[in-house]
Amino acid sequence: MGHVLTEGLHGPGRADGPLERLDPRARILGAAAFGVVTVACTHLAVLAAALALAFGLLLASGLPPGRALRRMAAMDGFILLLVLTLPFTTPGAAVFTLWGLPASREGLVLAAEILLTANAVVLALLALVGSLEPVTLGHALHRLRTPERLVHLMMFNIRYVEVLRGEYLRLRLAMRARGFRPATGWHSYRSFGYLLGMVLVRAVDRSERVLGAMKCRGFAGRIPLLHALAYGRRDAVFAVTLGAALLALCLAEAAHAAA
Amino acid sequence: MPLLELDDIHFGYPGHAPVLRGASLRLEPGQRLSITGANGSGKSTLLHLMVGLLRPVSGRVLAFGQERRQEADFHEVRRRAGLVFQDPDDQLFCPTVAEDVAFGPMNLGKNRAEALAIVDAVLDRLGLSHLRERVTYKLSGGEKRLVTLATVLAMEPEVLLLDEPTNALDEANAARLIAILQALPQAMVLVSHDAALRAQLAPRALRLSGGCLRDETP
Repeated sequence: MGHVLTEGLHGPGRADGPLERLDPRARILGAAAFGVVTVACTHLAVLAAALALAFGLLLASGLPPGRALRRMAAMDGFILLLVLTLPFTTPGAAVFTLWGLPASREGLVLAAEILLTANAVVLALLALVGSLEPVTLGHALHRLRTPERLVHLMMFNIRYVEVLRGEYLRLRLAMRARGFRPATGWHSYRSFGYLLGMVLVRAVDRSERVLGAMKCRGFAGRIPLLHALAYGRRDAVFAVTLGAALLALCLAEAAHAAA
Repeated sequence: MPLLELDDIHFGYPGHAPVLRGASLRLEPGQRLSITGANGSGKSTLLHLMVGLLRPVSGRVLAFGQERRQEADFHEVRRRAGLVFQDPDDQLFCPTVAEDVAFGPMNLGKNRAEALAIVDAVLDRLGLSHLRERVTYKLSGGEKRLVTLATVLAMEPEVLLLDEPTNALDEANAARLIAILQALPQAMVLVSHDAALRAQLAPRALRLSGGCLRDETP
């Protein structure tokens, strides 16, 4: 599935906005800072401003907005139930009633808050980190001192997901070649069970062979990463601009809280 | 002094009948040996035993003039004897070709600049410089095979252990690989079913059957 991971970045929908030329570490740190500030804010106007800022980042990233928004909508699907039930489960002043259930003002505000926060954070994440090559992301995370094991886990996933998928597809093809058609019934369930089991067994075997090959080349628990990253003037400009915007959000939040 | 020597090796995988029953082999400096044998006769096992990825039940493994028993003994062996695996996908695990070729040298303590110099030299020598920044999982089968050879040569081994190197290569790629291998100065142990390859590269042949090695030089 490696092609799924990287294809979009090379295909016609490739991002080429000004954010694309930033150091990947600056983008990760920027996304993290944006997330922390946004989650800390509670006022609807401030959150709306954060969402607007995330939209700005999306435009600056040069990603096709349609696709990014569709991915954001997919995330909304997960919190839909929560947002729909909150007005009816939060105690407070009733605004309207639906089938005899009162919806509270506090609940509505809370639902709007969650919706705005989640969308702003996901949008910023898509704009800043979502357009990075997974390999580049791995390198950047390593340079940011993310635990080495997690980075290696990610790198191995990127490398071998395609190999394992190839194995799965070959087995699947061999099943089809012998007349297998998925249906509802024990034969189908059992066959899929065997298929899944075989893919897992092969993956374990392969991991042992890979480890053997790595040991042959002197592996001792550390994978050296080759590429150097360097912060530049663009990164400073990005840091100052985003920092100022986030500071403005914080100040607005504080002003609201004081009022 | 032989480079590698297996002496009366017995080995079996857990839960299976023994694969090797008294196999012995000597590889002298500059020598090229090929090993043939039926599927599952233990040819790959033999190579894995030489670099300590597997340990014999009994028998001695000698490499570069010393007996090797422990994992630590084999660290030096693996540096000086480069094993090229049967499936290139087992060997290429770094995202890009340059990183994969640099992996070995950096494990040997080379710094980034030295490792990159080695990468460039090795890729240039094999005519693979155009693949330098390519992503390993997007290479073709033939390219993967040649890059795995580069990753092993980057460690400057004294011996090459080749496990079915022309497996799944088309004629053009196989011919290119054979030409490269023929030009290398290293001693070699070649495991292959490909009679033409054996004849060109390492006519001195041993046959593995019944867990023992017999000289079968034509």
